[in-house]
Amino acid sequence: MMASSNTMARCGDIWVFIEHRDGNPARVSLELLGAGRRLADAINVDITAILIGESVSELAKELIYWGADTVIVADDPIAGAYSTEVYTRIIADQALKRMPEVLLIGATEIGRDLAPRIAARLNTGCTADCTELDIDEETGVLVATKPYFGRNLMADIICPLKRPQMVTVRPGVMELKDRYSDRRGELIYVDVDLREEDTRITVIDSIPSSYGGVPLEEADKVVCAGIGVGNREGFELIRELAELLGAQLGATSLPVDEEWISEDHKIGQTGKTIRPKLYIGCGVSGAIQHSAGMINSELVVAINNDPRAEIFQFADYGIIGDVNEIVPALIRQLKIAREAVGSDAAI
Amino acid sequence: MEIIVCIKQVPEAGDIGWDPDTGTLLREGASGVVNRHDKHAIEAALQLREAHGGTITALSMGPPQADEALREALSMGVDKAVLLSDRRCAGADTLATSYALSLAVKKIGRFDIILCGKETSDGMTAQVGPQLAEFLNTPQVTCATEISIRGHSVRITQKLEGGLRILETRFPALITVERQINQPRIPPMDSIMEAYRDREVQAWSLEDLGERGDHFGLKGSPTKTKRVYTKEVTRGMVTILQGEPDEVARDLIRALQQKGLC
Ligand SMILES: Cc1cc2nc3c(=O)[nH]c(=O)nc-3n(C[C@H](O)[C@H](O)[C@H](O)COP(=O)(O)OP(=O)(O)OC[C@H]3O[C@@H](n4cnc5c(N)ncnc54)[C@H](O)[C@@H]3O)c2cc1C
Ligand SMILES: Nc1ncnc2c1ncn2[C@@H]1O[C@H](COP(=O)(O)O)[C@@H](O)[C@H]1O
Repeated sequence: MMASSNTMARCGDIWVFIEHRDGNPARVSLELLGAGRRLADAINVDITAILIGESVSELAKELIYWGADTVIVADDPIAGAYSTEVYTRIIADQALKRMPEVLLIGATEIGRDLAPRIAARLNTGCTADCTELDIDEETGVLVATKPYFGRNLMADIICPLKRPQMVTVRPGVMELKDRYSDRRGELIYVDVDLREEDTRITVIDSIPSSYGGVPLEEADKVVCAGIGVGNREGFELIRELAELLGAQLGATSLPVDEEWISEDHKIGQTGKTIRPKLYIGCGVSGAIQHSAGMINSELVVAINNDPRAEIFQFADYGIIGDVNEIVPALIRQLKIAREAVGSDAAI
Repeated sequence: MEIIVCIKQVPEAGDIGWDPDTGTLLREGASGVVNRHDKHAIEAALQLREAHGGTITALSMGPPQADEALREALSMGVDKAVLLSDRRCAGADTLATSYALSLAVKKIGRFDIILCGKETSDGMTAQVGPQLAEFLNTPQVTCATEISIRGHSVRITQKLEGGLRILETRFPALITVERQINQPRIPPMDSIMEAYRDREVQAWSLEDLGERGDHFGLKGSPTKTKRVYTKEVTRGMVTILQGEPDEVARDLIRALQQKGLC
């Protein structure tokens, strides 16, 4: 297939890789369609979603509603499940043909498996795990910002000479924009001509995770346990508080290291990025590696027995005291408040 | 079975500076440790060798002091150690790093499995493994929590956000490991002494790899650090709630109720 002269004339589009499972898009992919708009407008180009899978035409249309101007669809049974080699080949081939200016990929496990491999094949740069994106007004180059080696250092990274400029973006840091079901766009079905031999890896089995409930990144309320909860019993108190509040349970890296809770619940630079309406930190110091992942929370409550703890620098409400006294009191008072509401529980 | 483990020496947390001109980390002088994930990669290699025989080569690219990281790998039990160290490699991004590593791997020779850590604590990109696999044209499996070998095929449990996948591939393959894959052994004192006193770390330069081009280091890196700066995370003033536990609990619940949060 020939690239139309139209796409050749101006600089290439902003591309967004769409991660999905059985046609359900990863939230970060939709976040990126929204975030891509500002960049696309700055350099006056369109947004192209790149969608690979089996029987994905419904999702392809959906992507237009979420902000794509064009969707490149590679629909093939061999591409049904994620495969590093198959996906790399399709995206790299399409990129060579159509020369995108930017390629955005969610920094999920799959995104971080795929993006570097594509970058190496295309001999271009890829900035990992970014939290902000911008276009340099003078040069039109993408500026990708990421937290840099702990502390509160940030780095602006550019890829001035190679195309596409690739970045992976953390889930949860870009706002999800509205869906408009009256948006129009173009679907381009590409013939990818896949064969079984195109991947040297066989998927023997796929076991969906047992992590129930709302993913942390999407939670409205998060109660977070730090090592200050003391021990496993203290930790279970935090779990009870979270359940009472209808909140998801998060943790700093230390309770995860203690194996009180699984890695999926870790918040921060090496964990998840959250943006809930309410964050309650219990026995959390607020070290930058942790706060990097929760600083976008709307209301922050801190319970800590050390008045000098860093978390009080950015909390909205602080309680200086022992979690093992404050949290049981909270649980008690919540139960009382619930009972008082009693018959008009609907409010 | 021939195994290569890629390890990186990383600065100890909190002990790091950066060059304001190039934005690259200043590694010289900072005290270094073996990247935590990479110890799990070493342990995975040792366990595979214990079960199936073979030799393990630890490979690192870094400044001369990365020699220490390789000696730590030797003390844990790897057979050989190679350090690619060259001023021209300084300031490399992941593409330039993995390209240089791929040349070193080719010089090491035949391999069945390459093990990497999932990510480093300083770069934190998780990119070098996949990019090395691309340069060597081998299949890759990231985020491995289990590895088992039967004949020439490898079965790997891969942990993704959505759950687990059981994957199978044939040699050669590159695998990056999660920390939960194993518990790295702590070498006994005499192995550490021996690693420093009697063992050899082969030091290679780009010249030794027959390379004169400029695909290396800062020059060979498509990404550039434009600016490094600190970001203050202060917000408005905090309201401290005071009183007995049950009083402050009531106050907090009232405040949350007013905002519709509870
Ligand atoms: C490269 C790198 C990446 C990292 N990534 C992450 C990450 O993604 N996420 C993360 O969380 N961490 C991360 N860390 C670790 C981070 O630096 C901190 O060590 C961690 O966040 C601190 O966890 P904490 O608040 O639970 O523990 P601490 O810092 O030890 O704080 C515990 C707090 O609890 C308070 N406390 C103690 N007892 C009580 C009590 N009885 N009642 C009330 N308060 C009490 C103390 O005053 C203290 O403020 C990373 C570190 C590095 C070097
Ligand atoms: N300079 C290096 N030398 C050897 N191995 C490296 C180097 N940099 C990264 N690696 C390997 O690649 C993995 C991922 O690193 P990174 O992409 O920096 O997060 C590490 O866990 C190491 O196994």
